[in-house]
Parts: sequence; C-alpha cells; structure tokens
Amino acid sequence: MRTTEVMRDARRALDICNACRYCEGFCAVFPAMELRRQFTNADLSYLANLCHNCKGCYYACQYARPHPFGVNVPKTFAELRNESYAAYAWPRPLTALFRRNGLVVSLATALGIAAVLILANLFVPQTALYGARTGTGAFYAVIPWGVLVALSAAAFAFAIAALVMGGMSFWRDTETGSLGDGRTVGAALRDILTLRYLGGEGHGCNDLGERFTQARRHLHHCMFYGFLLCFASTCTATFYADVLGQDAPYGIFSLPVLLGTFGGVLLCVGTVGLIWAKIVSDPAPAAPSLLGPDFALLFLLLLAALTGLLLLAFRATAAMGPLLAIHFGVILAFFLLLPYSKFVHGIYRSLALLRWAKERDQDAAVPSRPEQRAPESENLRVALTAAPGNRA
Amino acid sequence: MLDLTRLFDVLVIGGGNAALCAAITAREAGCSVLLLEHAPRAFRGGNSRHTRNLRAMHRGPTSVLTETYTEAEYWDDLLRVTGGQTDEHVARLMIRDTAEALSWLAARGVRFQPSLTGTLNLSRTNAFFLGGGKALVNALYAHAQSIGVEILYDSEVLELKLDDGAVVEAAVSSKGFPETVRARTYVASSGGFQANITWLREYWGEAADNFRIRGTPYAQGRVLKNLLDQGVGSIGDPTQCHAVAIDARAPKFDGGICTRLDCVPFSIVVNRNAERFYDEGEDVWPKRYAIWGRLVAAQEGQIAYALFDSKCETLFMPSVFPDIRADTIAGLAGKLGLDAARLEATVHAYNDAVQPGRFDGSKLDGCHTEGLTPPKTNWAQKLDAPPYIGYPLCPGITFTYLSVKVDDRARVLMDYGRPTANLFASGEIMAGNILGKGYCAGTGMAIGSVFGRIAGQEAARHAHN
Repeated sequence: MRTTEVMRDARRALDICNACRYCEGFCAVFPAMELRRQFTNADLSYLANLCHNCKGCYYACQYARPHPFGVNVPKTFAELRNESYAAYAWPRPLTALFRRNGLVVSLATALGIAAVLILANLFVPQTALYGARTGTGAFYAVIPWGVLVALSAAAFAFAIAALVMGGMSFWRDTETGSLGDGRTVGAALRDILTLRYLGGEGHGCNDLGERFTQARRHLHHCMFYGFLLCFASTCTATFYADVLGQDAPYGIFSLPVLLGTFGGVLLCVGTVGLIWAKIVSDPAPAAPSLLGPDFALLFLLLLAALTGLLLLAFRATAAMGPLLAIHFGVILAFFLLLPYSKFVHGIYRSLALLRWAKERDQDAAVPSRPEQRAPESENLRVALTAAPGNRA
Repeated sequence: MLDLTRLFDVLVIGGGNAALCAAITAREAGCSVLLLEHAPRAFRGGNSRHTRNLRAMHRGPTSVLTETYTEAEYWDDLLRVTGGQTDEHVARLMIRDTAEALSWLAARGVRFQPSLTGTLNLSRTNAFFLGGGKALVNALYAHAQSIGVEILYDSEVLELKLDDGAVVEAAVSSKGFPETVRARTYVASSGGFQANITWLREYWGEAADNFRIRGTPYAQGRVLKNLLDQGVGSIGDPTQCHAVAIDARAPKFDGGICTRLDCVPFSIVVNRNAERFYDEGEDVWPKRYAIWGRLVAAQEGQIAYALFDSKCETLFMPSVFPDIRADTIAGLAGKLGLDAARLEATVHAYNDAVQPGRFDGSKLDGCHTEGLTPPKTNWAQKLDAPPYIGYPLCPGITFTYLSVKVDDRARVLMDYGRPTANLFASGEIMAGNILGKGYCAGTGMAIGSVFGRIAGQEAARHAHN
C-alpha cells in the first residue's frame, strides 16, 4: 500500500504504543506490534485489519486526547482499514466504490430492487405477479427459475472471484509464505469463529463506552451465524430443487424454511442490535467517515433478512409477487456489493488472524527480543531477570 | 448541581487510586462521600493513570500471580530498596493487606492481565492491570459513581483548616469558583509535590527548571504543604525525589512510561562537554534507572547524551522519539550540538580502552574497559559500526518522598505525635512512611490500595460516631 496521511498517523501512534505496551493484554494487535520495531506500510495494513475495533486501548490510553500525543488507535486503524479495502479491491477501477461507500451501497440496493421489479413488471403477466398463488412452482411464475439461477449464480461467482482476488492482494502485500500448517489454520479458525479478540478474551470490550460488555460480540455472532443459516437455507433449497427435483416454495417445517426463518430472525436481531450499538456508542474512538459503510452493510443485511421473512409470512397472498421481486433484488444487490462493501472486513480480518496465528507460533519458538519495560525497582534481586533484551 | 453547603460524612481530597479506594470503602460503609479531583475528567486519576501494576503478597498461585510471594520476602525487598528508611509496623501491615487488595479491586471492576501473557518474570510479584493504570482508574470511577459517591472534577482543595488537631472545613476552588466544604471526616489522598517546580527549586535551584515531570501536572502538593504548615508531622527527605533518565525531548508533564530510555547500559553517556561521567555498565539497568536520573540532574544544564552504534540498535525497548543518527562521530556531534573534536577524543579514548570479551546483553557480561576514568565495567563494546546513534537524556521526576506522618489506622499525626481528630491520609501523600527512599515496582499502587481502604474504613467509623 502507498503511504497516506492516515498511514503516517498510524505509524506515529504505533511508535508511541510500542514504547508503552500497557495494552498488550487486550488483543492480538499489541503482541503482534511488539514483534516489530519499525512498521512498513504492509505491517500497518496487517495490524489495522487485525484490530477488531473493541476500543479497549482507547479508554485505557494515557496518551489519548487531550494529551498532546492524541493517540486514538481504534479510530486511526478504522480509517486505515477503509483505505486498505480500497487498495486491495479487484478489479482496480472499482476501488472508487469504497469512497462514499454508504451512498454506493444504498444506491446499488435501491437499483437492484427497482431493476428486478421493473423487469418483473415488464415480462411477467400481471396475474402472476400480483395474483395470490400457492403450491410448488409458484415463485417461478413470478421470476422464471432459469433467470433466478443464472442471475444469482453470476452475481455470486463474480463476488467470490473479487473477494478472492482482494484476499490474495492482501496476503501478498502483508506476508510472503504459506498459509501455515493445519494446527495454525485451526487455531486461526477458532479465533475467527469465536471472535476471541472482540470479547477481550472473556473480559468484554468497550463496545459502547467506558464500561466493558460483550454486547457487540454477541450481536455479531447473531448476525454472522444468522447469515450462515440463511446461506445454508439457500444451499439446501438449491439441493432440493436441483437434486431432489422439488420446486419451491417448501413447507413450513422443511429444512430450507426452518434454516431461513431461524437465520433470518438471528440476522435481524444482530443487525438491529449492531445498528443500535453504533448509534448509542461514544463517538470519540469511532471514525465518522466510516459510519456510512458500516450502516449501509448493516441495513442491507437487515433488509435481506426482513424481506425474506416477509416473503415467508405472505407467500400465500397477493403480496408474494412484489415481495419476491424485492427480496430477490436485495439479494442480487448484496451479492454484487459483497466485494465493495464492509463485508470485505471478514476476509481481511480472517487472513490477518491467520497470519497472527503463524507469527504467534514462530515467536514462541524464538525467545529473544527486548520484551517488556522492566519495573522501576532499585537494588532488587528479582530485577536481575528483567534486564532489557532478556525474555525470561 | 451538587449542594456543597450540606455536611458530608467523608470528604476525599484527590482522585487517584488511593482516593478512590477510600471513597468507595467509606461509601460502602454507608457514608455520604464527596470526592474532589483537581484535574478535569480527561486527566483524572493523578499518577495512577500512568501506573501499570501492584505488588502483592500471596501464599499460592492466583489467576494473575504465579508461585508465592511471602510477607517475609516482600518485607526483605522493601527493606533493601529503602535502606531501612521505612516504618516496619506500617509497612508490614501494608504488605499483609495486599493479599486482599487484588480481589477487592477485581470485585469493583478492575481487570488484571492473566499471569501467562508477556511479563513472565514479573508475574510472581506484581499483578498487571489490563490496559494499565488508566483502565483501573476508569473502573474505580465507574464503580464509585454507581454506588453514589459524589464526584467533582476541576476542584482543587486549597486549604484544610485545622483547629486543635481537627479539620473544621476545606477551602476549595471548584470549577473556578471559591467554595467551602464541610465534612465529619477528611481523607487526604492528593499526592506529592513533584509537579510543583517552584517548590522543587527550593532544593534543586535552577536545575529544577530542566526537570521533566513524568506524571500528572496536578501533583502540586498544595494540601501537603498546607498541612505541614499547620503543624502536621512530616516524614521523608523533602530534598529527595525519585527520578529516572528519560528522553530530553519529552513533554514537561505527563510523558509517562514511553519517554523512558533504556539504552544506557549499551551506550557511553557524555555530558554537554562531551565527557563521560559515570560507569554506564555498573549493573543491570532496572537497578540503575534512578541513579541515572540523579546523575543527569547533576550535570550542567541537566542534560546528557547516550551514544552507541548500529550493533546495539535493537538491544533495548524502542522509545517514543526517533533516534538521532549519523555516519561519523563528528556528524553525530553536530546533530546533538556537541563539540565534534571533543566527542571524537572521548570516543577514541573509550574505544582504545575496551577489552576483548564475549558481549551478552542479557546479563552482566564482564566486557569492560581498562585504564579509563570512569570505567565501563560491563557491556563495553567499541563504537565502530556506523551509523552512530544518540539520544538526549534528562531527569524525569516520578514522585517526591516528603509525606505526612500517619499511624497504622491511616490517621494523620501532628508533629508532637498525637493523631488528628478527623483527618486520614492515603497514597503518595503518606507513602514516605513506607518508602523513605528508593522504589520498588508496584509499591506505590499497593500503598494506595491498602491505605485507601484503611482510611476509608476509619473515616467511616469516625463519621458514624
């Protein structure tokens, strides 16, 4: 990544942090920082993406404003992450989508819904679109099966390709080498799936302000696992349709509907909760320029969940047609936006955690770096073991 | 707005760890408590906000401390650093109470680092606050507020009016307005006077103008002086302060831990005249911090320069400001503002005196000079691998030793030995009873936590009578 103003801010902050090290108990960022004395742009990008934005280090910081040093690691790192999303985006011309990302996501969603509605209105008979229909194949009278599959698959495949390209850029930029052995990958997966560093490893985080809570971790779990359940619902539905030859809609107690309903509700709880947390939380350690992208993705996910649940609730009525078109529009927009929304944080965070899992292993094997500011004890026997350069 | 005309059970003066422990304890005992913090909210917490750990005795491994650290060993450590300038009865009481201090703090929201991360060699004796002292201060303020301690920031106590050994009222400047506050009992936890340059000048002369104060600028010693002026007993050498060598580019106040320079053992250190003045390799660095603070304070202009070469670059903790480097000694002299010819001569003489040996930064390696005054007795390596690197050093004051005298119930004693009727003290303002000299990591917070609680209990008991 090229050097920017935010990069220089981050470097300055880390020079202070690395000389202080009081925060090393909070998360992975500070132990990873302590492995370095100088910070390349790639190091900064890695550390910024390793940061889960728990804000513990901000409230604990003796150098936070109004101290003249003005250290604000969560804010600086959030800004840096946003720059890194743009820097690693693929294809290159689309990096501009990370500027004014909130607006981009909102517009794309609206356009997605409008396009599907208009196309449905143009090509689908009015009786099919606005008539109450039930029974297998009802959905496909509104949007033909082939169109549905082709559009979704194309959008999804593009999104995956773009995400993979972005991930590879990040990996190349920040690290040369293998992904690590099975044990390392397993450790990283555990850190990713449990959000280990968003819970302060049991202590909680400064989600909303000075108090420690587990709120954001729990809400993120609701959102993430709700999302996975919805995804599983789509996959099982595809399996039912393509392999078993059963057309949607499926019964209330069928696997796709159960997964989708449970997942949709979790997704709603998670996204609404996270939106609430963003609104009520202390603005000091937050980056205002990032509220747009954050809110945009949360609302998009909420919209996807809500329209899905509404479709389920009203699928036997005349509202089914328009609801299906809207839900499909939202999903289509979501797929297309995946690589150009805050969704990418999941990719880079996971890769950063994988790299940290590797570094952690390597560091444990090499016990020789100046570690900790030794305490200020004079004439004390125990001080002998705390000599600089000695990592007991 | 808080009604300051009412009579409080307990008035706590100060806003650091010791003050908060006292206020919380008194409030939990059912007292109405007002805490007056001189600093604005953002800088609350006195020097506690710059601290990191608390030294606690324990009879077995805990979640944050390994092995055991007995009263005998703690006392032995304290005796060694103070050279006997400590009140054994009070000190042992403090040591025994630290066994409970951690769980008391944890129950009130303070979080500790698990013992296995990072600081292995210290986790036997010292419990580290997760995130450091400011996180501790935040937790204690949040708890104090939640149980109903009244807190006023930007409120400096100017005077505690003593009448026949009893405090009758406190003159306060609260948010810029003069106020009088009355309480049944008073707890003075308002720290030392290390940030009061005028007062330091009384003992150090103009040199004091070149000191940096590592911690809070609010430690003005106003209450301390006011009490001593009214015949309260004192303890601790008023002329002495704990000082370490820090980066001379540090801010005047509040530079905290990150300005400390740990490169001295691997350097040669010269004064403004480009001359060495003390054995840089005398002992392991943690035992020599404070000596170097005083040594630099004794140099002209209270400034010195640590010089080393690229071999030593990564042997010590990085410090906050960039190093100063050049490819030649003369070039470095130019950048540091030293006389080039003199510095070259000093380095030349030193290089010639360095004896061959196996350098090992992790222990006393015996690599020394011969025929040089002063000698360097460990880690002596030639400066011969450019770039040459330098840091400017100046004295950074941590705290002062002068204190009010207290008994084992935290009661402030008058100079004729009788306890005051309703005045208690905790924290740095009375730390000299235990630490008359030297320092032992984590004892400041230990004294504050233990005596804060004792002062709070005693004040509450007195207020109820």
